[in-house]
Amino acid sequence: MAEPLSPLGDAWRPGSHGNFRDGTGVTLTETRPGSIVQVTAWPDTDDAVRAAIRDSVTLDLPAMPGSGVAGEALSGFGIGPGRYLLAGSTEGLETKLRAAIAPETGAVTDLSHGRAAFRIQGESAEWVLSKLFALDFAEAAFPLGHGRATQHHHDITALIQRTAPDGFDLYFFRSFARSFWHALCRACEDVGYEVR
Amino acid sequence: MLIPCPYCGPRDVGEFTYQGDANRVRPALDAPRAEWETFVYERVNTAGPHREHWQHSGGCRAHLTVVRDTLTHHVLSAEFVRPGPVAKAGS
Repeated sequence: MAEPLSPLGDAWRPGSHGNFRDGTGVTLTETRPGSIVQVTAWPDTDDAVRAAIRDSVTLDLPAMPGSGVAGEALSGFGIGPGRYLLAGSTEGLETKLRAAIAPETGAVTDLSHGRAAFRIQGESAEWVLSKLFALDFAEAAFPLGHGRATQHHHDITALIQRTAPDGFDLYFFRSFARSFWHALCRACEDVGYEVR
Repeated sequence: MLIPCPYCGPRDVGEFTYQGDANRVRPALDAPRAEWETFVYERVNTAGPHREHWQHSGGCRAHLTVVRDTLTHHVLSAEFVRPGPVAKAGS
């Protein structure tokens, strides 16, 4: 099996940075999911697609827009009408989903090599992300498991899921990952951050 | 300006792409030339509530029909162009 390569290269600098004298406000990690897959339903097959996801990979996605489920081994959330992003810690998620979802039911797209995933966790995570995205990150407006599709700097698609009461996973186009990582690190400087 | 996307909730207008006047109806392919001329060139130029198409290109990517007051930029409604199976955000 090929060794997965990080898109961050030299920009990956483990350790504490910024204003960490009184402790770090957030921790940044690259989560490196084994699989990132998008599943798209046709206009009349949304229920069938969610049932197929539930039966094949045991992820029970709610119907409500933007909702989802965050787990250690597998996470998923709605990113648009009838469209879902699933990320798993191991490879092979696409194969399982493709076997369960026929072309008449929906489309399965493997994005594992096209996206990078970062996790920001800590008491200042909401504060930092509020600098970068025009979204309400308060837990009442953005509950655990829910996801949002938005943009960074008006152009670059960002998919964000709350995976912990104080933590979020961010999915980025892989070719923009290093650029975003720089922006994210700069946004964390005032609260102090640890990369690990 | 905020557009209340039926999937994502209220979002900044910067996430959306304007896709034109939604008052026009595309003529049949064999319609007389005058009808096509009207379709291509003539606009109602409304001062007040105006139906238009927008795409939430920086979000859920759905195509929306938006009614916007051209005098105030107040958005009166935003709905999926193609009614889907998905419930409205928050409902």
